[in-house]
Amino acid sequence: MSLRDILSPFYVWKRAFSKPFVVDKPLDERPGAPRYRGFHKNDMEKCIGCGTCSDICQNAAIDMVPVEGQETTKGDSGLRPMIDYGRCCWCALCVDVCTTGSLTMSNEYTWVDTDADVFRFVPGAEEKPWDSAELGYQRADNYSLLHHDRISMPMEDFDEGIHSFVEMVKGYSREQAQKEADRCVQCGICVAACPAHMDIPDYIKAVREGDLEEGLRLLYRTNPMSATCGRICTHKCEESCAMGHLGDPISIRWLKRYIIDQIPDNEFGRILNEEFAPNGKKVSIIGGGPGGLAAAYYLILMGYEVTIYESRSKAGGMLRYGVPEYRLPELQLDRDIDHVVKLGVKMMYNTRVGKDIDFKKLHEESDAIFIAIGLDQPYYMGIEGEDLPGVIPGLKLLDDVTEGRDPDIGKRVAVIGGGNVAMDACRVSRRLGCDVTLLYRRREEDMPADEEEIHDSKMEGVNIVTQAIPIKIEKGDPLTFVWGEAKMVDQGPGKRPNPELMEDRIHNDPFDTIISAIGQGGDFRFIPENLAESVKVKRGKIFTYEWNQTGDAKVFAGGDIANSTADAISAIADGHRAAKGIDMLLKGKL
Amino acid sequence: MIRPKQDIDLRSGKYLKIWQGPNHPGITGNMSLELTVCGDEIVEATTHVGYLHRGFEKLMERRTYIQCFPIVCRIAVPEPDYNEYCFTAATEELGGIEIPERAVWLRMLILEMSRLASFLMWIGGQAGAFGMGTIGQWAVAHRDFMLDLFEELTGGRVYHMYIIPGGVRGPLPEGFEGRARKVLDKVEKLLAEIEIVMFHSVVFKMRAKDLGIITQDMVDQYGLVGPNARATGLARDIRKDQPYLYYDQLDFEVVTDTKSDAYNRAYLRWREMHQAVGLIRQILDRIPDKGDFHVKVPNVLHWKIPAGEAYVKAESTRGEYGFYIAADGTEYPRRVYVRGPSYSTAIPFMEDLLRGVNIADVAGLNVSLHTYPPEIER
Repeated sequence: MSLRDILSPFYVWKRAFSKPFVVDKPLDERPGAPRYRGFHKNDMEKCIGCGTCSDICQNAAIDMVPVEGQETTKGDSGLRPMIDYGRCCWCALCVDVCTTGSLTMSNEYTWVDTDADVFRFVPGAEEKPWDSAELGYQRADNYSLLHHDRISMPMEDFDEGIHSFVEMVKGYSREQAQKEADRCVQCGICVAACPAHMDIPDYIKAVREGDLEEGLRLLYRTNPMSATCGRICTHKCEESCAMGHLGDPISIRWLKRYIIDQIPDNEFGRILNEEFAPNGKKVSIIGGGPGGLAAAYYLILMGYEVTIYESRSKAGGMLRYGVPEYRLPELQLDRDIDHVVKLGVKMMYNTRVGKDIDFKKLHEESDAIFIAIGLDQPYYMGIEGEDLPGVIPGLKLLDDVTEGRDPDIGKRVAVIGGGNVAMDACRVSRRLGCDVTLLYRRREEDMPADEEEIHDSKMEGVNIVTQAIPIKIEKGDPLTFVWGEAKMVDQGPGKRPNPELMEDRIHNDPFDTIISAIGQGGDFRFIPENLAESVKVKRGKIFTYEWNQTGDAKVFAGGDIANSTADAISAIADGHRAAKGIDMLLKGKL
Repeated sequence: MIRPKQDIDLRSGKYLKIWQGPNHPGITGNMSLELTVCGDEIVEATTHVGYLHRGFEKLMERRTYIQCFPIVCRIAVPEPDYNEYCFTAATEELGGIEIPERAVWLRMLILEMSRLASFLMWIGGQAGAFGMGTIGQWAVAHRDFMLDLFEELTGGRVYHMYIIPGGVRGPLPEGFEGRARKVLDKVEKLLAEIEIVMFHSVVFKMRAKDLGIITQDMVDQYGLVGPNARATGLARDIRKDQPYLYYDQLDFEVVTDTKSDAYNRAYLRWREMHQAVGLIRQILDRIPDKGDFHVKVPNVLHWKIPAGEAYVKAESTRGEYGFYIAADGTEYPRRVYVRGPSYSTAIPFMEDLLRGVNIADVAGLNVSLHTYPPEIER
């Protein structure tokens, strides 16, 4: 013990004269750090109500609630996160996992109120002082808990691909499929966007967990044409996918295909184990395309005796005769069809209703009828020279190729149109060894074709000319195609601009064949006069009510002939819905 | 020396039973000591915990791995980062994740900052337990400067939630290094002042010297770790013995002493604070300012970790801190066991060590063992 030891404690007295550490008005003078995890902010426009924030919250502090002014749309659940600050621990995992990046935090940290209930609030919907705060926790650059990049699909080399009709998309391996499936946040936003409302998050989960048999059962619950849809579906689901907001959407279509591809045909029966007892009622289906087949599948499972009247020698409709082999191999289509047919659906091939069999007779003999004949009458461009030899519709080219006939289209081919049929015509022509030019009247972003189709067409060497208006076709060998460049004229807000011909920019190009693929309509001649009143045709489509019922109680219609989207999955959805409608009708519930 | 237990006849009138806590006199956390005294002398002590029980280990069995991440930091409040590190590293080990170099440095930075912050709070408590409240005010004020740094780096002052599976949640903010060095300078200055007013104080010397002596043979018997053990002369430090992260690349020596009494343990921790300041400076020098700080882990919403077991340990302020995780191949951990040093120190050991201690020194001894009750009651 020294004198120093006795004196040293008095050293603290020197502090009596120094500035204190404390801040006088901490709330005014001490803003949160730029990364401070303070009160939540939510950009209502960006948020899609996917609920991933609510899923990850370990405190169950987040509820998804309806909010006034937010409507449920495809790709937006209409719900918004409500946060309970009695439970929140400000871990910010909700911010880290937000699929759209709408949810962030401010650096604000004081909020005083006498009413405890106000601390449950919907950020963004209720105005708060911190809504405009610029600072606060946000995901750091290059940091995300989500996987934004899609596992790329192995494809046939484009240069190789155009020499044959071999399937371009090779399909995922197990590892690739599971990785892709792992990206899914299982929000289920896609289910509403899918016309058939397939159980997408669940079958993706089945892929992830390697339970493909469960996957198959889930697919068949809403879609008996999964091998087909796994290849050529227009995948509305992917357009709405939550993961698509900050990265690539989950490739839902390829995952569906993966499930089907892994299961051998002879296993379908065992896995799906469909059992049904016939109830003696008859349903006739006109058209053996995806709509008709889907209706047949669900009807037969409900015990109905189903007959499909198909005008061609094989079923599949546009999937067989309109979709080329490199996108959908016939073998795959046959797998889907065979499973439906095997259940006992009676197939009447080469039977065109209205010609080979009378619609009236069907109407009398059946308890219900489902019309799904599709659209097979090509539209005409309405220009001079369209009837010349060498000018053919796109559907004819596709049909010829499917049937093994030589389309004889020469070397130089022009395709007119911007839809999927036009793209198919282009790519088929490339495979037949032609130089292909595609002409479309509007801009590329206006094309109704799938983005991938446009991309793949370009990769295969199709020359795409946009804003090109056909004027006339002149006789000769080769034909001379006269077209003019167009400028886009603004039609006011909310309307898409219209192309307008520029008279001074006219081109004359020689082509051996000119393929028009500008759309197709239906053939309604089979509908007898006495039914024309009830089975109405409006704007080129059969008009239907709820459950796809037409004005005639026992006649239902679906597929391209009835819906506006005119794609396979919508036809399948129609078929399923009509099957339910027919069942309700015949059980006296409709 | 551990005094043997003696038979106590409570009806004899010689003994008095009194409770210390659960309101804590220092920074020991909510824990109570049931003391039987004879005069001023403790003849029997029993530790009672349960005031902070939230059942973390059980909670984690019902949560996905990522959902456990915001929970673990609560297991030892003054130094949450060791929990974050051990849990995350064990998860990564089971999940086969390797983190990028920059993340390793950032993890070391926050672990050492956490050590310094935790010691700053502890030294306030140690001084306070012997009536020197002023030091507590200084130290806690300086801890707040550290918390400012945490806030800047992680967005949270107390619960940092920074070490996440795959790496860390963000790089150093702009200008952070400069501000951190300024705080370190302040802390160093404070340490020098504390040396004068605490370690050279006659009060502290008289009361802390020879209080609660730990001998080397007690270390293994009671499972003592960290400064408590090091003060006996055993150079045990996981950072040196089984280096994790990049501790093998840092220049430091294990701090030891020759006699583990309350005074020497405090002085050893004071030296470890200096060591932490030095380590933080070294780390700041070497953190890469480019590169990834996080690697992708499988989608955390349904990350299934393959079945297996992992035990990851780190040297916390109080010694070996470990997380044992048993995974069963599902999205949820089957079992998470937290091995904190406080359990063995505050219950079996302190109960024995307190016998024969003057009642006025109980708080001081308790703090000099440096225990955190929330970590006993996972």
